[in-house]
Amino acid sequence: MRRRPRLSAYEGFWQALGAAGVADARRRWEAKPLLLQRGLPPLVAAVLAVGIAWASGLPPSPALLVLLALSYALYLSPHRVRRWALPVTALSVAVAYPFYLEHLFALPVVKSFPSMDTMVVMAIFTMMALGLNMVVGYAGLLDLGYVAFYAIGAYVAAWLASDHFTQVDLRFGAIGEDTGVGGIHISIWLALVIAACVTAVAGVIIGLPTLRLRGDYLAIVTLGFGEILPQIARNGDQQGLGFNLTNGPQGINPVDPPGFGGWLADHLGLPANYLAEQGRYVNFTSLLYWTAIGLVLLTLFASIRLRDSRLGRAWIAIREDETAAAAMGVPLMRTKTWAYAAGAFFGGVAGAWFATFNQGVFADQFQFNISVFILCMVILGGMGNVWGVIVGAAFLTYLNTEGLGNIGGWLNENILPCKGGGTTGKAISNGCIDVPLLQFGIYGAIIVAVMVLRPQGLFPEARRKLEFETGVHDQPLQDLAR
Amino acid sequence: MDDILVTHRLRKEFGGLVAVNDVDFAIPRGAIVSLIGPNGAGKTTFFNMITGVYKPTSGRIIFDGEDITGKPPHAVTERGIGRTFQNIRLFQQMTAVENVLVGMHARLRGGILASILRTPRLKREEAQAREQARQLLAYCGLAGREADYARNLPYGDQRRLEVARALATQPKLLLLDEPTAGMNPQETLEFTGFIRRVRDERKLTVLLIEHDMKVVMGVSERISVLDYGEKISEGTPEQVRRDPRVIEAYLGSSAVAG
Repeated sequence: MRRRPRLSAYEGFWQALGAAGVADARRRWEAKPLLLQRGLPPLVAAVLAVGIAWASGLPPSPALLVLLALSYALYLSPHRVRRWALPVTALSVAVAYPFYLEHLFALPVVKSFPSMDTMVVMAIFTMMALGLNMVVGYAGLLDLGYVAFYAIGAYVAAWLASDHFTQVDLRFGAIGEDTGVGGIHISIWLALVIAACVTAVAGVIIGLPTLRLRGDYLAIVTLGFGEILPQIARNGDQQGLGFNLTNGPQGINPVDPPGFGGWLADHLGLPANYLAEQGRYVNFTSLLYWTAIGLVLLTLFASIRLRDSRLGRAWIAIREDETAAAAMGVPLMRTKTWAYAAGAFFGGVAGAWFATFNQGVFADQFQFNISVFILCMVILGGMGNVWGVIVGAAFLTYLNTEGLGNIGGWLNENILPCKGGGTTGKAISNGCIDVPLLQFGIYGAIIVAVMVLRPQGLFPEARRKLEFETGVHDQPLQDLAR
Repeated sequence: MDDILVTHRLRKEFGGLVAVNDVDFAIPRGAIVSLIGPNGAGKTTFFNMITGVYKPTSGRIIFDGEDITGKPPHAVTERGIGRTFQNIRLFQQMTAVENVLVGMHARLRGGILASILRTPRLKREEAQAREQARQLLAYCGLAGREADYARNLPYGDQRRLEVARALATQPKLLLLDEPTAGMNPQETLEFTGFIRRVRDERKLTVLLIEHDMKVVMGVSERISVLDYGEKISEGTPEQVRRDPRVIEAYLGSSAVAG
């Protein structure tokens, strides 16, 4: 079947111009230097947009102009410059965020730029999405229980840096006052590493029985594990377990604040205790944020290195054709388990940092919907492509924390017949909509839309794109995945 | 004679169906041996048991003096059996050179930590592996195709890439499952010439599966014939061609009678 060639806006523009009697305009335009051809239209559009806004009483903020100029310069730069300039710019914009947040302009509809707290959560979810991407995106193993790793990381960090285990009294590199109740208090950095390693081991333990399964069966079993672990967390107290492991629904609280302690603070000027920093720009949240950015960078670095390694090739080979991969000497179980362990490791880091950020761990935070939510980020961004996954994670987390509420507020104020009082705990009441209550419907709609319109995600990995165009053939052939 | 692969009463049942019925089989080291038979004779099942894809119901497989019965596919490949597939099973969305690199998986050492840190040793190993992969591709007539996605290669080149990928596992025994299926006579002739060259230059043993007798007559030194899961004949191409049981299997009993 032949597809009808689609008329692009570009073609349409020239045809309209031709119809208006300017016949050779296109020829003359296309003879101009390429830089001008690429550069002029967006510049005109931007100047027009800013001009119209200004004329209608919205003076452009300096931050917006800087942002526009920056994007424009990146857009015009040649590919080989953009390849490194784009990530570097994005990183600097992200790192400097706490300093210019207050000077940013109001956005239409969603109103505000994400607050610092939201930014920390966004970074943490980005880490998790990158970790899940190793499992789902690289190795093609559908994991519907990723929240389990998040929970394990958070609880291990909480055990190692709180008063929870009063039976023991252990301090090692911890900062802050000794409360005298006991408990394990070790340096948060060490706790982070241990939490990640324990989670990776948990990934292996969960992986060994489940990874023998394929496709749908694997998804269902991971779903089960994703439910089991939060249940253990909810019931893991004196009554449920006979031993207070997780303190049940009350959770473990407080978790020690992070910090570098005396020596590093004296010699390198690093903050001794994040909680003690009260600066306008440098404070608890922004320090947590910068550390989270650092952790995201580590995750990203490991993701990219692994993707381009022997192991990464084996993962992709398994995703494409398990039987052929095994016949080429790739040990299926071991390779898949590594994918699980690597994904779990970064899920554990994210969980541990989340516990630190919240200064506590609560069983209710680890619901099944988190697993699906992270999977949505990976699917929306584009499975396998780290950049797409980052965008997907940041966008969906923003929607989840602030965006939906703001959009709802805007709708209620400007569109809907909503009279004061607001919503009363129902999705629709008094002519108002409580948008955050509809969040799962909205995420569902986003995923359905992505699946119908762009199944490979917004920014697909080159390979994945091919797969969606041609399909994979992975007929199960083996007696058992061994 | 020194046999590189021996099977003792190898048997595979799928439910009530006996796909391979107590087959005794041996491949002399350095030979090109063919396994032929009509469609559905159990050739591919036999193949899949040797390579560990299927577990035999009973019987034993001895490769190079070691019992490999029931070993998983990757372990069999590690011991030196490389294979291709009847219906091409390349990693379609990987480049030619990446396909070959996956074939080298078991020969490379790079672990997860070394990969992340990209240690000098790992870098060296990767560079060497890529160079070897390039040479292997050139050897199989795919020079200049390194960066092409496997799916974009023409059919004949995909077959060659499958052989290159199998050779990357550094096999002692190369199993080719209907490698000339879908080729025209000219391509088939070239390909069988290539197989012989590979065997001579790389000191391999080759086991071919074919259902087309004409293809194997020219290239094989020994031929075994399977029919309904049983070995019905064995010998040089000349002997097999004259064997009335083989003629019957291929042409039906009336041909023998008439």
